[in-house]
Amino acid sequence: MSQFSYVNDLKSAVRMDEPITNGPAPRWMKKSLESTSSSANTSRKINELLPIKKTPSKTPNKSKSPASRSASNTPAKPKTPGGDRFIPSRMSTNFDISHFKMNQENENLDLSPTQSDYRKAMSENLHGCDINNVRVLSYQNKAPAPPDGYQNALKVVYSQSKTPMNVRGATRYIPHAPDRILDAPEIVDDYYLNLIDWSFSNILAVALGTSVYLWNADTGAIDQLLDLEGADYVTSLSWVPNGNLLGVGTALGPVQLWDASQTKRLRIMNSHSSRVGAMSWNSHILTTGCRNGQLVHNDVRQREHIVATIQSHTQEVCGLKWSTDGRYLASGGNDNLLNVYSGLPGQATYQSEPIYSFSQHQAAVKALDWCPWQTNVLASGGGTADRTIRFWNCNNGQCINSVNANSQVCAILWSKTYRELVSAHGFANNQLTIWKYPSLTKVAELTGHTNRILNLAMSPDGSTVLSAGADETLRMWKCFLPDPNKKKEQEKRSSRPTMLGPGLR
Amino acid sequence: MATKQQSQNAITLKGSAKLVMDYLNFGINSILFQRGIYPPESFKTEEHFGLSILVSTDNKIQQFLQPVLNQMKDWLLEQKIQKMSMVISNVNTKEVMERWDFKLQYEGSGDSNPDSVGNKELTTIQKEIRDVLRQICSTVSFLPLLDCPCAFDLQIYTKPDVDVPQEWAETAPSYIANSQELQLRSFSTSFHKMDTVVSYKADF
Repeated sequence: MSQFSYVNDLKSAVRMDEPITNGPAPRWMKKSLESTSSSANTSRKINELLPIKKTPSKTPNKSKSPASRSASNTPAKPKTPGGDRFIPSRMSTNFDISHFKMNQENENLDLSPTQSDYRKAMSENLHGCDINNVRVLSYQNKAPAPPDGYQNALKVVYSQSKTPMNVRGATRYIPHAPDRILDAPEIVDDYYLNLIDWSFSNILAVALGTSVYLWNADTGAIDQLLDLEGADYVTSLSWVPNGNLLGVGTALGPVQLWDASQTKRLRIMNSHSSRVGAMSWNSHILTTGCRNGQLVHNDVRQREHIVATIQSHTQEVCGLKWSTDGRYLASGGNDNLLNVYSGLPGQATYQSEPIYSFSQHQAAVKALDWCPWQTNVLASGGGTADRTIRFWNCNNGQCINSVNANSQVCAILWSKTYRELVSAHGFANNQLTIWKYPSLTKVAELTGHTNRILNLAMSPDGSTVLSAGADETLRMWKCFLPDPNKKKEQEKRSSRPTMLGPGLR
Repeated sequence: MATKQQSQNAITLKGSAKLVMDYLNFGINSILFQRGIYPPESFKTEEHFGLSILVSTDNKIQQFLQPVLNQMKDWLLEQKIQKMSMVISNVNTKEVMERWDFKLQYEGSGDSNPDSVGNKELTTIQKEIRDVLRQICSTVSFLPLLDCPCAFDLQIYTKPDVDVPQEWAETAPSYIANSQELQLRSFSTSFHKMDTVVSYKADF
C-alpha cells in the first residue's frame, strides 16, 4: 500500500512539474498550479486510485475516509479538519528527485552518441558539410527584385498542356445564328471609330450618334449615359479594365471620363483638337489616338493629365490596344502603319519612338488584339486594300504568320476559352470568321449582318461575341461557349448572359 | 622547347581561380535568364567558352555580382571557400523555391603558391565547363515553373577563420522543405574541382 501511494505521489509530483523545464518552479507558479490543476487533477487521481483498490462504492469527495486511513503513509493527503479545503504538502513533491530526473533526461539527449551522430549526419546531408566548421556569408547589398508587374515568360511553356489546345475544336457545336439581335439606330457608319465596349461588370456601352447607352447584360436594363450637343458625336468608348469608368472620345476632341455606376461625369480632358477614334487603358493611363495621328498618354489621376504625346502616325489613328500585361502598346493608323511601343508597367516612362513600325499592311490598320495566352503575340488586320490578318511576335519584331481574309478586316478578338480568334469583315459577306490559331484554319463563318461589321466586343466571361454592324444592329454570337464537359464553375459563369431582358429599344 | 610548350598549355592557380569565377558568373547569369527571374529583355548574348551565353545588362545586378565574385576570388586563392549557394526565393513570402549549390574541392598539393602549374590542358577544362553550362540551360525542361516574382541571393560557405569585410555578414543557411536534388556534371581545373547541384521543391 505504501509503495503504491509512494509511486503515485512520485508520479503526481513529476506530472505537476511537467511544464517547468529547468529546475523547481517559482513559488507563484507552484501556487497557481496547485490551486488549479493539482487540486483538480492530481489529487483526485490519487483519491480515485486509492479507494478503487479497497472499496469502490465509496465516493472520495464525500468522505474523508481515504485521507484519514492513509494519512500516516501518504503525506499528500491533508489531515486537516478544514473539510473541503485542500492544503497541499510540499513534502511529497520531491523536487530533488524530479529535478534530477529531468536534468538526467536532458543530459541523455545531449550525450547519447547515436543521437549526436544522427544529428551530425543529418546536418551533413542538409548542408553538404559539418555546419559547425562553416560560416555562411552573404553580401549585404542585395540584388534587386524583378520589376513590378513582370511575370515569368516561361509560363507559356509550362501552361501549354493546360490550355485547351487539342479540344475537338473543329467538331464542337457553334451556333450559326445570332443568339440575340439588338437594334442600334443611328450608329455611325465609320470605319475609323470604335463604338462599343463591354465592361468587366457585364455592362455594354454603345455609342449611337450623339448618345451613349448602357445595356446591362445581366438585367437587360438600358440607361442613357450621356447626350452630346450640337455637331459633336461620340467617336470611341473604352471601359477601364476591372472597373466602372468609361472613357468617351468625341468628335470635337475632348475626352470625357464617366463613372457609370453613378451616371456622373468625372472630368473632361482636352488632349486633342480633332476627333478621338481610338482609346485604350493601361491601369490609370488612358491612351487616346486622334485624327491627326497624335497619341496622348493621359494619367487620369493627375490635374496635368498629359503624360506624353507621341506623333508617329501621319494620319488618323483607328486602332489602339495595350497588351494585357502592359508591356506593349500597339497602334494602327490610316497611314497603313502598325506601330508597337514599349511601356513598362507601373512606370511613367513612355517612349515616344515606337520599338517596331510595321509597314506590311497595305491599308488602314484598325483591327488589333493581343493574344491572351502568349502576351507578346499581336494580331492585326488591314482594311479594304489589304484584307490580310497578320500575327506579330513583339519580342523580336517578326511577322509570325499571315492569312488572307479576302475581305476588309474590321475587328479581331482572341478567344479566352479556345485557341481561336474571331475576325469581323465587310464586303462581300459581312461575316464573322473564327480561325484556329496557330494553324489558321477556318472553324466557322457566321453570317447575318447585311452591311459591314464595325466593331466587336466580348462578354466578360468570354463566351459571347457582340458585333456592331453598319446595318444598325448589334448581334450576339455565342460562339465561344465552354465545353459542357468542363468544370461546373465555367458553366455557371457562362449562364449569366442568358438572363437577357428586352433589347436596346 | 618541351618545357615552353608545357607552360603555354598548362594552367596556373590564378588562372584556375579566374576560370572558376568565370564559370560562376556565367552560370549565375544563365540561371537568371533560363529560370525567368528577370525580364528576358534585360539580357544580351555574349560568346564565352564557345557558347552564346545570356548576360544580364541590369546595372544593379552587375553591381551586386561583381563585388561578390571579386571577393570570392580572393577567398578562393586562400582556399577558404567550401561552397557557394545561389538561393532563389519568393519575393513576397521569402520562401526558398530553388537552390543552386556550387561545391568546391581543392585539388593538388594544397599550398597556395601562385607559381605552381597544373597538369590539365586549358581546352579540356573549357570543354568540361561548356558541358556544365549546357546542362544548366537544359534544366529548364524539368525544373518546376517559378510562378511568382522571385529574387536571388548568394550565400558563401567559408572556413571559420576567414576575414570578413565590412559589407558582408553571416546568414542562416537556406533549405527547401521536401526538396529534390539533381547533381549536374563536374569539372576540374587540376586545382579546383567544382560540383554543381540544383535542389528544387518536389511537390508540384
